[in-house]
Amino acid sequence: MAHSESLGGDLQLVHLTKSFGTFTAVDDLNLVIPKGSFFALLGPSGCGKTTTLRMVAGLEEPTSGQILIGDKDISYERPYRRPVNTVFQSYALFPHLDIFENVAFGLRRRKIKDVKPAVDAILSLVELDGFARRLPGQLSGGQQQRVAVARALINKPEVLLLDEPLGALDLKLRRQMQIELKRIQVEVGITFVHVTHDQEEAMTMADTIAVMNGGKVEQMGSPTELYENPRTTFVANFLGQSNLIAGNVIDRGDDLGVDLYGNHIRVPRARTSTNSESLWVGVRPEKINITLADKPTLAANIIPGVVTDASYIGVSTQYLVKTAWGEELMVFEQNLANSGAKPGDKVNLSWDPAHTFALDANQDVDAGVEAPEADA
Amino acid sequence: MRTRRWLPYALLAPGIIWLAIFFISPMFNLGATSLYDPNGSLDTGYQMTFHFANYSDALSQYYPQFLRSFAYAGVATISALAVAYPLAYAIAFKSGRWKNFLLVLVIAPFFTSFLVRTLAWTAILGDNSTFVQFLHTIHLLAPHGRILATPVAVITGLTYNFLPFMTLPLYASLEKIDPRLIEASSDLYASAFAGFRKVTVPLSMPGVVAGTLLTFIPASGDYINATLLGQGARTSMIGNIIDSAFLVRLAYPLAAALSFMLMATIVTLVVVYIRRAGTEELV
Repeated sequence: MAHSESLGGDLQLVHLTKSFGTFTAVDDLNLVIPKGSFFALLGPSGCGKTTTLRMVAGLEEPTSGQILIGDKDISYERPYRRPVNTVFQSYALFPHLDIFENVAFGLRRRKIKDVKPAVDAILSLVELDGFARRLPGQLSGGQQQRVAVARALINKPEVLLLDEPLGALDLKLRRQMQIELKRIQVEVGITFVHVTHDQEEAMTMADTIAVMNGGKVEQMGSPTELYENPRTTFVANFLGQSNLIAGNVIDRGDDLGVDLYGNHIRVPRARTSTNSESLWVGVRPEKINITLADKPTLAANIIPGVVTDASYIGVSTQYLVKTAWGEELMVFEQNLANSGAKPGDKVNLSWDPAHTFALDANQDVDAGVEAPEADA
Repeated sequence: MRTRRWLPYALLAPGIIWLAIFFISPMFNLGATSLYDPNGSLDTGYQMTFHFANYSDALSQYYPQFLRSFAYAGVATISALAVAYPLAYAIAFKSGRWKNFLLVLVIAPFFTSFLVRTLAWTAILGDNSTFVQFLHTIHLLAPHGRILATPVAVITGLTYNFLPFMTLPLYASLEKIDPRLIEASSDLYASAFAGFRKVTVPLSMPGVVAGTLLTFIPASGDYINATLLGQGARTSMIGNIIDSAFLVRLAYPLAAALSFMLMATIVTLVVVYIRRAGTEELV
């Protein structure tokens, strides 16, 4: 059959392109997804992540480019001949078949004789023992989701594709299923390719994330790498929140010296993704210390400002601080050693150069700010 | 909400009154007529004698027409299913922006009377028609063979006339099928044909059941097709017998007994059919 252990290998997308008429959904995509990894394609709706997934599944035909598993080209293989299975966004469980038959569907199509032991084993992996004879309509959303995972996993695919698998679940259940899916992935060791617009979901589960925008990969790396050292404004804004301040390079040593409206700050060279003279200098809100103007500052990069808003939200206090040039910066202060700053107070914002990143100024500063569904 | 207790009854009343006057009372009337003394007539009046022999007489005399009716209706239903399923499938999944136009075409025959359309088929199947000439040419039909006035003509007419009743429910149930289920089946190693057999067909069963009932029931009681396309005793169906018993021979008790038996047989067949379909295929 299409599937065998020896075929195993990395999933490679080579110059993969998909156009619908004049619209290019996926634009010359090149990716290598290592065997056995949990990989996330993260991006807003319309970024091409689902189209990419559907091409790997065989539900869309590429306009050009190749899809390889190991050294086998599956670009134009029929979906039912690919060693790939999908967990669909809406689960797409067969409503006329009970849970057992839904899960056994793939095995039966491949003429495997004794399906019961395999079905029982996979149902207990997803903790649905005893549900075999129910119909999908009699199950809750979370249970249906697990049936969808079981129905795909039982076929032991080379690659399991997950298309926004948790989108229909409520927040609490989603968190629970994230941990569950991660556990299952570690247990079975199959390559998982997970498509989502939820950055927190991607970061919780994936080893590697590719952030997609406009049919291209903006940046790829581990969750830490992407968050700590974003290389585009889109990534800086889409993954968490960032303060981005316009600046110009004034000296180039081991660190870059950058002038931000008269304030001199430093950025490590390794955290600078451009040779341009004009930059967006970025820092995450939780990396910034806030101190009253008459108190000593805590780190080397310093910008003065006036607090315009302070909201206490339990785990942190979130400040908006207006700078001399009118930009409002976000600061999240842990409620450990509270600075006691109140709206109207003059403060200094300071942060470690190691927490600073610099991006090419030739980009939209607001790219990726609006997450498509504000649900995280 | 005690004060509104009467409301459901008020809403039901028009329908119940309508059914009582135009359905239940005629049924009683018909039932009574079927037990009248068969020797009465319109002129001399009928005697109620609970003459149950009307039923056995009718059956022993006309069972060939009964059997013929159900055979013709059965074959026509299967033919209509064979024609309508691909048609409904194409309209539901492959027609794109032509969908509404094609649906209008399916219903379009209703703009002309049933009678006129059936008459038109006498021309299509007539001895000198292009179609029959063509069958002669390719030797599919013997030199003096006919289509008109044969069972084939009657079944063709029945198939044609009830095709929309088969197509529309099939379309409705096919159209409801989530295309992602078909994608899921192909993702799970089902070829196009296996996906059709294991997903599309079972999910379209409600349409198949509705369509076959809507075709079989009126087809087995029909007499227009047998009259116009069958043209003779060799193809007459039970509808023809009831028609002539009521309107020509004025044998009311016989006609009523035949009507009741037809009704009872259809109800029995339908119940058995729905039971089977219901337990095996329907969700």
